[in-house]
Amino acid sequence: MSDLIRLSAADLGERLAAGEVSSVEATQAHLDRITAVDGAVHAFLHVDTERALATAADVDRRRAAGEELGPLAGVPIAIKDVLVTEGMPSTAGSRILEGWIPPYDATPVRLVREAGLVPLGKTNMDEFAMGSSTEHSAYGPTHNPWDLERIPGGSGGGSAASVASFEAPLALGSDTGGSIRQPAHVTGTVGVKPTYGAVSRYGSIALASSLDQIGPVTRTVLDAALLHDVIAGHDPHDSTSIPDAWPSMADAVRRADVAGLRIGVVKELDSDGFQAGVRQRFHESLELLERNGAEIVEVSAPHFEYAIAAYYLILPAEASSNLAKFDSVRFGLRVTPDGGGTVEQVMAATREAGFGPEVKRRIILGTYALSAGYYDAYYGSAQKVRTLVQRDFDAAFANVDVLATPTAPTTAFKLGEKLDDPLAMYLNDVATIPANLAGVPGISVPAGLAPEDGLPVGIQFLAPAREDARLYNVGGALERLLLAEWGRPILDGLPDLSTHELLATEEGAV
Amino acid sequence: MARAELMDYDQALELFEPVIGLEVHVELNTETKMFSPAPNPANSKFHGAEPNTLVTPVCLGLPGSLPVVNGDAVRSSISLGLALGCSIAPSSRFARKNYFYPDLAKNYQISQYDEPIAFEGSVEVELPNGRVFRVPIERAHMEEDAGKLTHVGGSTGRIQGAEYSLVDYNRAGVPLVEIVTKPIFGAEADAPELAKAYVSTIRDIAISLGISEARMERGNLRCDANVSLRPRGAEKLGTRTETKNVNSFRSIERAVRYEIQRQAAILAKGGTITQETRHWHEDTGTTSPGRPKSDADDYRYFPEPDLLPVEPSPELIEQLRAALPEPPAAHRRRLKAEWGFTDLEFQDVLNGGLLVEVAETVAAGASPAAARKWWTGELTRVANAKATDAASLATPQQVAELAALVEAGTLTDRLARQVLEGVAAGEGSPQQIVDARGLAVVSDDGALVAAIDEALASQPDVLAKIRDGKVQAAGAVIGAVMKAMQGKADAARVRELVLERAGNGG
Amino acid sequence: MSEINAEQVAHLANLARIALTEEEIEHLTAELGQIMQAVEKVSEVATPDVPPTSHPIPMHNVFRDDVVGDNVLTVDQALAGAPESDGSRFVVSAILGEEQ
Repeated sequence: MSDLIRLSAADLGERLAAGEVSSVEATQAHLDRITAVDGAVHAFLHVDTERALATAADVDRRRAAGEELGPLAGVPIAIKDVLVTEGMPSTAGSRILEGWIPPYDATPVRLVREAGLVPLGKTNMDEFAMGSSTEHSAYGPTHNPWDLERIPGGSGGGSAASVASFEAPLALGSDTGGSIRQPAHVTGTVGVKPTYGAVSRYGSIALASSLDQIGPVTRTVLDAALLHDVIAGHDPHDSTSIPDAWPSMADAVRRADVAGLRIGVVKELDSDGFQAGVRQRFHESLELLERNGAEIVEVSAPHFEYAIAAYYLILPAEASSNLAKFDSVRFGLRVTPDGGGTVEQVMAATREAGFGPEVKRRIILGTYALSAGYYDAYYGSAQKVRTLVQRDFDAAFANVDVLATPTAPTTAFKLGEKLDDPLAMYLNDVATIPANLAGVPGISVPAGLAPEDGLPVGIQFLAPAREDARLYNVGGALERLLLAEWGRPILDGLPDLSTHELLATEEGAV
Repeated sequence: MARAELMDYDQALELFEPVIGLEVHVELNTETKMFSPAPNPANSKFHGAEPNTLVTPVCLGLPGSLPVVNGDAVRSSISLGLALGCSIAPSSRFARKNYFYPDLAKNYQISQYDEPIAFEGSVEVELPNGRVFRVPIERAHMEEDAGKLTHVGGSTGRIQGAEYSLVDYNRAGVPLVEIVTKPIFGAEADAPELAKAYVSTIRDIAISLGISEARMERGNLRCDANVSLRPRGAEKLGTRTETKNVNSFRSIERAVRYEIQRQAAILAKGGTITQETRHWHEDTGTTSPGRPKSDADDYRYFPEPDLLPVEPSPELIEQLRAALPEPPAAHRRRLKAEWGFTDLEFQDVLNGGLLVEVAETVAAGASPAAARKWWTGELTRVANAKATDAASLATPQQVAELAALVEAGTLTDRLARQVLEGVAAGEGSPQQIVDARGLAVVSDDGALVAAIDEALASQPDVLAKIRDGKVQAAGAVIGAVMKAMQGKADAARVRELVLERAGNGG
Repeated sequence: MSEINAEQVAHLANLARIALTEEEIEHLTAELGQIMQAVEKVSEVATPDVPPTSHPIPMHNVFRDDVVGDNVLTVDQALAGAPESDGSRFVVSAILGEEQ
């Protein structure tokens, strides 16, 4: 394995800036790695080798010409397929968008291009980001590089697995109920869901508009911060984009210090419902922070237990409307029933053939929740729970600077294990959903390996809206303290994937 | 389809009280669309664009695209609300109205539901008989228009029998304000006239505010008419029908009248009215039931999560209120006085829904009398023949140009009527038509004299009579000359010349 | 409240324009019943005094200037992804069936 792919994005950026390595070399190294391991991992749905190398060469040229470039210029990045990319297929993991080439770039994609990053391709995901395992991708699941029999989390399993398996130093994800943080938890990587509105949603294929947020997927907290600094900021194309200026997240990591920091442990999310090893690493991390000056206090968030119920009403309701546009008229799949049919029949046949079971399940659920006579009981009530969850956060943040929870209840489960039990699958998001309902930012940082199965465990920190920098402070500090304890990054323990070196072309996915 | 049975109108009114409700959609003429920075085809700058060239990813509902509200459209909507005497909501919201239709790019329409921007107002409407009626307004809300479908195949170009349809999304997202009246009671036999006069008043308001081109024939202004009947003395409202596709002032009146007569015939026989949408057919002057929509009543409205509440400041509202033009009634009184029209003349203008046309024609340089004459005369005659509104046939600029040509003696009234027919047929401006058809008055005396001399020579008896002082005999010669000149001569000048030539013994 | 029958699911599928098979309807009817039972929990705390939240970050009056944007598509771009077009417009099947 080339050393170049082991580097953090920050380090690679520095070596690129120093002229020790070219972007073409770095990009080629990652493309080689994808060729070597993605047959086993299946993190990518599309790899744009030609354009990636051309982009890299262009960055090298600009650097040689003395142009002032950002800290991540020339660094490769993987992009979750939920973000539309001009000239590159964008499917959101769905058959209904197979082959669609958007005429425009999502704002975060435009921003990473403008910062000189090198998009490698599009990563796998649960169809329309509905899921916690990537098993709902229409193009086959992604495999967890820690154990190929296990899920990489979801919906952004492809982005997390690409970063964990050194196919890319950075990736973009989207998080509607934990789709960045939960994959980070099960793959030993870092994932951040910024404050709702911090990163533009323009060009992100909408799942639930009031919950979706784009964020960084990386191996280190500093890398996440550097990427966050690139993609965050006001976008006039997104009405919900926050107009405020943001402080540098990278500075927050570099100055990380938890002395005097008040960390609240949400007691409702520190229960027997969580796997023993997950809780153990969670508490060890808190103790480590405490030993380094943080103050740990218990807080209560009594309405978090209603969060999943509210989430599984709000999300399907908004999704049922957002996904109505996939109707075979302007883009994507068209299926005409045998012997033709009216436009209505063509739409229904297309949606029947183009959507997978989980998408249909949620569309029907959301249609029900919004339908006449049920709105108040379901959608209306869920919006009220949202208020209550926000109030819980407000009350907690009146006393503490950040909150801490385990990111998810268990380590990576086996592929197929929960596929036939949607309710069990939905419980994966119990700790991550409250942040989406309230719009507050969250980060998942590796906390170690669970003793019982040797699989990665993450710890989640949550901060008040607009206080994303606090996450980078506490996350950066914990990462540094753990690294000092462990003596090496957690991903150094990743099994050797070279035995699985296969070409992915047989699956037709790359 | 079987022709519906109709009751005599007067008899219907004897037995039933008509209650009407009107929904008017006004397309705003902002530069760009409601939620997308695409050029707005309801703005004259962008008329006639090729299909699907006024679209952004937002108009096509492309995955990932998001709406952003046009601030000017909000201000126009507030102004319109204020002009309708409405209260402006301190906070209003957009909502999604969910239904599948191929002209609706996202398969939901962004509209306003339980929190419209303007509510509770009223508009004074003057009927042709001089009666002034106050129409109560329930609400005015902002929404986006849908695209345009063209049905191909089949014989009629209608949706029935079409083989396939073509979709143009240029109109998708055009800003609309939908104005909804409360049920209007007490109009009685005037109900059809009131419906027409109301829409005409809305049009005058929109134009005086400068927020819409408000041309019905272009769909800038669209009206759905709700009609129900209740037996004399009954409290309870009858079942209503909603007639759509009413695209001209005259058809509003006709459609309401038709529904009153149709419903009365059914009710008088003990039948029941089906609550339904009906379509107006201009050609047959009838309505037919719309396609029954199984899910029409379940639009699954919910607050649009991609957009934020609109909360106009009291300062903004007062600023827009202060900038309102004078109310329609006062505006009309002032114009009538300025133009020096008699009651009858002014009613003629109002009946034709031509107040704006006449005003703009006067503004373009014509005399009020000439403007009125052409709009309520020849253009209205042609419009009636074509079953359309006079306003759809010519622009005020064209009529002013025509009046100037008459004034300058280039055209006689008779020639001017021919020119107007050309304008109505879309042949171009009056001057262009004069040039193309060679319609100008022959002002070359030489040519006239030659024709006169020829006519006099061929009618020596007439010449003799004129010389005997029987001047009225000149008529025969004048007629012959006009015929020879194909009407392109000024009859008064010909008369002058005839007498001159005859007197000179020529 | 969570009693959902197959007929209702079929109606919802029609509203959502998905031509579900009989098997799917049967399967979804059972699943939806379970899921709705779980999510009905929201009504326990959603009392009348609690206002609903539809936007996580409260903002208002987000408007854009009335100026044509730089993202207007060409007709070719607009039609590029269409399953069928005539070169200037999108083509769809007849809207009404023969019986209508």
